[in-house]
Parts: sequence; structure tokens; C-alpha cells
Amino acid sequence: MSKQANASFAELEQWTAESGPLLDVRDLTVEFRTREGVAKAINGASFTLNPGESLAILGESGSGKSVTAQAIMGILDSPPGFITGGEVMFRGVDLLKLPEDKRRQVRGRRISMIFQDALSALNPVFTVGWQIAEMFRIHKGMNRSDARKAAVQLMERVNIPAAKERAGNFPHQFSGGMRQRIMIAMAIALDPEILIADEPTTALDVTVQAQIMDLLRELQAETGMGLILITHDLGVVADVADRINVMYAGRMVEKADVLDLYSNPAHPYTEGLLESIPRLDQTTGDLQAIGGLPPNLTKIPPGCAFNPRCRYARDICTVDPVPPVIELGNGRSSACHFTHELLAGSLTPTVTSTEDIDE
Amino acid sequence: MGTYVLRRVLQMIPVIIGTTFLIYWMVFSLGDPTVGRCGERPCPEAYVARIHQEYNLDKPLPEQYVRYMAKVAQGDLGTSFNGNEVIDQLGDRWPVTLKLATIAIVFEAIIGIAAGLLAGLRRRSFWDSLVFVSTLVIISIPSFVLGSVAQMVFGVQLSWFPVTATQGTWEQLLLPGFVLGSLSMAYIARLTRNSLSENLSADYVRTAKAKGLSSGRVVGVHTFRNSLIPVVTFIGADFGALMGGALVTERIFNIPGIGGYIFHSITTKDATAVVGTITLLVLVFLLMNLIVDLLYGALDPRIAHE
Repeated sequence: MSKQANASFAELEQWTAESGPLLDVRDLTVEFRTREGVAKAINGASFTLNPGESLAILGESGSGKSVTAQAIMGILDSPPGFITGGEVMFRGVDLLKLPEDKRRQVRGRRISMIFQDALSALNPVFTVGWQIAEMFRIHKGMNRSDARKAAVQLMERVNIPAAKERAGNFPHQFSGGMRQRIMIAMAIALDPEILIADEPTTALDVTVQAQIMDLLRELQAETGMGLILITHDLGVVADVADRINVMYAGRMVEKADVLDLYSNPAHPYTEGLLESIPRLDQTTGDLQAIGGLPPNLTKIPPGCAFNPRCRYARDICTVDPVPPVIELGNGRSSACHFTHELLAGSLTPTVTSTEDIDE
Repeated sequence: MGTYVLRRVLQMIPVIIGTTFLIYWMVFSLGDPTVGRCGERPCPEAYVARIHQEYNLDKPLPEQYVRYMAKVAQGDLGTSFNGNEVIDQLGDRWPVTLKLATIAIVFEAIIGIAAGLLAGLRRRSFWDSLVFVSTLVIISIPSFVLGSVAQMVFGVQLSWFPVTATQGTWEQLLLPGFVLGSLSMAYIARLTRNSLSENLSADYVRTAKAKGLSSGRVVGVHTFRNSLIPVVTFIGADFGALMGGALVTERIFNIPGIGGYIFHSITTKDATAVVGTITLLVLVFLLMNLIVDLLYGALDPRIAHE
């Protein structure tokens, strides 16, 4: 216990903000070995996060967002999931090379995570106070009553009314928004340097979504923690994120600042995502959607994984290798052969209607 | 929790009345209980009249039933046709059945849960396959075969256990208890295995891992309790069922238990003994179910608050 209580090992403490990003994920590859074949969930994803920064990872279901988060946390179910390559550098230390006991001192304590559905993510048979207090008891070796007091303080900090009484309640006795606040309280209990929020508001009402996002932003401003926001909802991203990484078939296809990305997408997939946001000034016609479906991860198409759905697809897009990442300066990049043409508006579609793209 | 208990107890009342009335009606009123008691010939009229009067059979059915239940409520289960007090007969046999059921339950719970945990924690391993195959074998063997073989091998040939259990002592009941519990043991092993492996991939287990807990704590504290909820329910219901005696096992090992008594009462058309015993069994079974429900509510807070 006392060993865990001083959970700081030398390598992590040598890091300073000058020596590189807080989190640097390089060429991460993850595959799921199932009976149906090997699903390549992550295919060389790279991104960085600096202290105090909010990064959004945006993509459809199955694009590998949650798997990326689980790989960083080290909570991937294995089997079937296997990390087959890459590095997860946290404060200059590759987490993937750490032995499990050291890894556990980082997990939950320095990098923590909240999940989409707080009802199923909280244990139904323990009170919420107990579940929050467990963080203090395990990581800090606090006794039950001190840990309980600390848990109640945390519940107050995330604005749960009558926190002292409600700490004795079970998860099913709370509303969806309150449950997500409890998840957040648990995640920030030990002042982590990074909080990964995996679709934190997807299961909530729109009004509650805004409250939860506000809370996350407030807490981030207070603590200076880095935030990785995983979402498919462009509306959620705009308010909170500084930068956006767009993920498709396990790879980052575009990285940009929020404003740049919204005003001028540099990848056809991003363009499609932006067009699929319903608009109030759109009075006629069907909702726009990107034609086709995300690729089957057991047989990702050669070349650019997006090519079967891309309205600009040309011959070069359908053959290996995958399009190189084109750096556009200022941290912006796009993995499309025709990035410059797209940005300049000179790229002509090869397919005119999304109806022409099936499967 | 208090209102939950009260609600459960109140729900039992109509069930008690309904089942006991059905039993009473079927045994005493669907045909004359004196028929067939006197061998090939019809019974003498004097005997029939005496029995009818003694057991209130000359009165309307609802009155008969109410009079009967009033006596039951005072602890009098009636006198059987051959003159024995039913309650005394049960008093001799119930402790034996209770001992046998206890041995079976302890055996099936300990071995079943242990095997289920082993298989569930090491899915698709050698142990998982071993538990799968051995439970399949046990489930496939009829209990009279298992009982006879166990008696022959462990009782007669190896002499590890007494061959019969005519006095119904703990030592004598050990082998019959294992035989009786073996089928449920196989079910418990499978139930535990499936429940555990289901819970291990639950979202809250992922949360527990993300909290940085040791894998021992993730499984031991966050998964076991949830996984054992259906197992506890099964064990409780099984104990209730075992209280009704175990005819086949009792026969093989010559055990003076409840099962044999009911069987004997039915074959000799002893109406009072049948109704008295089954009425008591219903009460015991319902009581066991109540205990299971309360336990269930204590283990799973979602139940009690609904």
C-alpha cells in the first residue's frame, strides 16, 4: 500500500513541458483476433496532447476511437484485442513497455477515463460514495471514513445537490446527468494529468449534454488537465475542443484547429461529416449523409480506406500504399492525395450523387 | 426494504390459500377417500360413515377446508387413517430430510461455485473444457444410476461410506447427499461460469480496471458479487425443493425421509397424511422462496428499490 501511495517513479518525474508533448501516441496499431478473422481496428494512429489542451477525436462508430482510448489506458480486453505496434509516450515514458504494476499507478491516477453510459459503467451493487471513495482507498491508502469525506467533497465539486446524503445511494437512483457527474467525480479524484472522455454525453438529453460539457470545461480550467474528447458529435466538439483529429478506419485522416476544420476541411471525409450536420436553414431535401458504410475492419480496402465512399476518388486512391500525411503547417495535416486541390476548391467530384455509392 | 418485505409476505397469503385448497380439494373431494381402502370389496358402510364423520366429509367443501386449515394453524395436521398423528410421523422424518438436503446444498454450492469460477476465469482453457465435459456427464446420468453406482463403488466395493442410511445420521447421509446434490452442482457450475464470464465483460468491470485497481480486486470485489446473484437464487430455490424429500435417493439408500413417506401415503391412499405433508411442504417452500427473495434484495439493491 505504502509503495502505491508514493506512486511516482523517476522516469515520469524527469519530464518537463519543454521535453515534448504530455502524451505522444505514435503509429499505434491494434487488432482484434476473432473467429471471423483479424479486425484491424487501429492502423498506425498518431497524435499528441499537451498539458491543459483539449483534443477531440472525431469519427463514426467503428473508426477506432474508443479502442484508441482503451489502448492508452491499458484496459483493452486481451484476447481478442492486441496492441501490435507503436508507442504511447506519457511524460516521455512508453506506457506499453511498463510492467503492469507500474502501469496501474498511472491508470486512473494520472490518466483517467469516463465512459458513454454511466449507468452500466458504474457498479450496480455499490453506493456511489463507496465507488468514488475506492479511488482514495486504493491509490492513497486512506481509511474508509476519510475516503468517504473526500468522496462527498468531490460530489459537491461536480455540483451534485445534497452530496452527503446522496453518497449513500446506488447508481440506479440517479438521473443520467447526475450519474455522469459521478463518473467525472471518480475520474478527477486524484487530479489526473489527462482525462479521456469517451462519448461522455451521447446517452444524455441535449440540455444535460451542455451541462456536462460545461462541467468538463470548468474542471479543465481549474486543474489544467489535458482532455481527450472522443465523440461522433460535431456539435459537442465545437464548444470545448482546441484541436480536432478526425479518425477513419483506425487512422487519423485530418488534424486541425477547430476553426480551420469547420471553415475549410482538408479531407473529403471531414467534408462529408460537416455536410451531414442538419442545418436549420436547410428547408428542402433529405438529410445529407456520407454514402456507404464504414469499412469492414477485417478487409479494409487497399489504398485510402475511404475511397469507396469518396466522391473525389480517383485511380491512385484505390491502390496501396495509403495516402501520405500531408503537413500543412501550424499542426494541420491531412492524409489525402488531393489535400491541396481540395483546400483550393479545384477538386472535381468523380461521383456526383451519394446515391451512386452503395455498400 | 421494510415495505419490500411486507409486500412479499402479503403476496404469499393468496398463494398459500390457493395451493392448500387445491390439494385439499383434489385429495378429499375428487372422489371418496375411503374407496379402495378395503381391498377388493367395497368398505363396510359403518366404516365409511365413521370416516366421513371424523373427517367432516359430510359437510360442504368450503366448511371442510376451513375446519381443516383452522386445525393446521394450531399445529394439528390431523390423524392418518391408520391412526398415527401426521405431525409425529413428520417429526421423525423431517430431521433426516433436512440433514440430507443440507449435505446436498453445501456440497453443490462449494464444488459448483468453485468449478464455475475456475472455468469462468479461465475461459476456453483446459479447466473450462474439463468443467464443461464433466458437468455434461453428470447432467446426462439419471439419478438412480448415479445413486446405485455410487452405492456399489464407494459403499460396497471401496467401503469408504456406509452402504445404507437407515438411521439417517450425518455420517450415513454423506454419500446420498453427494448423489442428491450432484445434478444441481453441475447446473451451479455452469450458471456460475456463464454469469461470471458475462459480468467480466460488463462496462462496470472495465470502469474498475480504468480506476487502476488490481486484477484481483477487479474480479474479487467488483465482479463476484454481481455474478453470484443468480447462483444464490438457484441454491435457495433448490433447498426449498430438496425439503420435499428425494424419493429416488431415499429408496436407494433406505433413508427414512419425507419423500418415502409421501410416496407410501399416496400408495396406501392415506388422504390425511398426503394433505398434511404437502400443506406443510408448501409452507416451507414458500418460506424458502421468501428468504431467497430477501437475500436477492440484499445482494442487488436494484431489486429492493423497484
